[in-house]
Amino acid sequence: MSQPARRDVLKSLALGGGLTLIVGPVAHALAPRPPGQPADPATRWALLVDTRACKVDCAACVDACNREMGLKQPTDPDFDPAHDAQYIRKVTLRDPDTGHTTAPPVMCQHCAKPPCVDVCPTGASMQRADHIVQVDKHLCIGCRYCMMACPYKARSFVHQDLTDQKPHNPRGKGCVESCNLCVHRIDRGEPPACVAACQRDGGGAMVFGDLADPNSDLNRRLAEAGGHRIRADLGLDTGVYYQGL
Amino acid sequence: MSAWPQRRRPALALAALLLALALALPVLATPAAAAELFPQVPAAAPGTECLAPPGEMRRTHMDRLTHRRTEAVRAGIRQPAESLTRCLSCHAVTDTHGQVVTAEDPRHFCRECHDFAAVTVDCFSCHASRPEDAPR
Ligand code: HEC
Ligand code: HEC
Ligand code: HEC
Repeated sequence: MSQPARRDVLKSLALGGGLTLIVGPVAHALAPRPPGQPADPATRWALLVDTRACKVDCAACVDACNREMGLKQPTDPDFDPAHDAQYIRKVTLRDPDTGHTTAPPVMCQHCAKPPCVDVCPTGASMQRADHIVQVDKHLCIGCRYCMMACPYKARSFVHQDLTDQKPHNPRGKGCVESCNLCVHRIDRGEPPACVAACQRDGGGAMVFGDLADPNSDLNRRLAEAGGHRIRADLGLDTGVYYQGL
Repeated sequence: MSAWPQRRRPALALAALLLALALALPVLATPAAAAELFPQVPAAAPGTECLAPPGEMRRTHMDRLTHRRTEAVRAGIRQPAESLTRCLSCHAVTDTHGQVVTAEDPRHFCRECHDFAAVTVDCFSCHASRPEDAPR
């Protein structure tokens, strides 16, 4: 067996090191992930909502989410807010002192330290390598501990048998579900449906991007104007930022 | 006693046997009788090839699917060519009205064998059991 010359090994190490230096921090732009490649742990997918651009009576994001994921619309006659799944809600906030009203969309906040994952007894509630928090429904037993643990009321339980689900969002009775930032779209290089709809039909209030990429539009906007996270005091390091709250 | 001469009896027995066989053969050859012996697996889209030879698919499809789903959901490894949606588009079964059947229908690709072997899978309580663009 021929041993690689020590010098060759050193040379290749030096070359590798040089390459890393040249490439510098990798930019994680949204692009289709090639088949066979896992989610990238160096990415942290996140959202930014500029509530000043979010109209109180606009629900483009909610509509788009429900359509994309095959959920009932709140305007459907048989919609039951206590039982039917909602991945995004518009939450109306009124400051009693000034009367100023906003209605930002609230969805799974994609915590870096998600309590839903902590409490899940089966490992169904999970965080993907790229920090998307989701339910692996194949393991979900429907105990709903995660719904109790979530401070944002982001999760829903499916109470009834369903038919004609969207092929990219399988869902069924007895499982908990929530916003997964449209993993199926992200994996093929498209932004979440809510963000696309907000840009197209809404006020352009929602931005999707990689928090770990210093050059992302999201990070540039945050650096410019700052951002708040809901209940930041809980220390969950959420991935959804709000401006103008 | 008998109207038939004794020496003709073997010939008569042979004729009766041939008659019985002639009557029974078409019955045995009908799909109905064969269906009782083997599940009638619906043919896949013509001109396509499965992920592995049919014999291997029959033995390994459950392990492939379970492996695939763990990789897809937990690691985010997408493999469109091996996805459940792709199985269902190659293996879509059309009924007499030209509509693609769902897993509610015993003619669905994933039901022929399973019903026969008394296997019940819960996949289609969540997963769509026919392609989204299928005629319905
Ligand atoms: C590109 C088209 C295609 C895809 C995708 C595909 N198959 Fe097949 N499959 C075939 C063909 C062709 C055969 C051979 C038998 C036939 O022609 O019907 C076959 C045979 C089989 C058989 C054996 C059937 C028998 O005759 O006993 C099984 C089981 C099977 N496929 C399961 C699957 C599963 C599960 C998937 C998804 C993981 C899948 N197939 C994806 C085309 C496909
Ligand atoms: C409780 C709901 C539920 C049940 C039951 C279920 N799945 Fe899934 N499955 C999902 C969800 C949700 C995904 C993720 C979809 C995505 O991200 O694209 C998924 C993804 C998959 C994938 C990867 C995506 C693809 O199209 O290949 C496979 C394979 C899969 N499931 C197979 C199965 C099989 C086989 C069964 C039955 C034994 C099953 N699932 C039962 C909800 C379910
Ligand atoms: C050629 C016949 C055949 C076809 C077609 C077929 N299966 Fe199966 N499948 C079987 C048999 C037989 C078993 C049971 C094997 C055992 O228990 O050892 C099985 C078992 C399974 C299991 C494991 C069930 C369990 O409880 O462990 C899954 C999941 C499965 N099949 C999914 C599918 C899906 C999805 C399709 C349609 C795309 C399909 N099968 C089509 C014959 C078939």
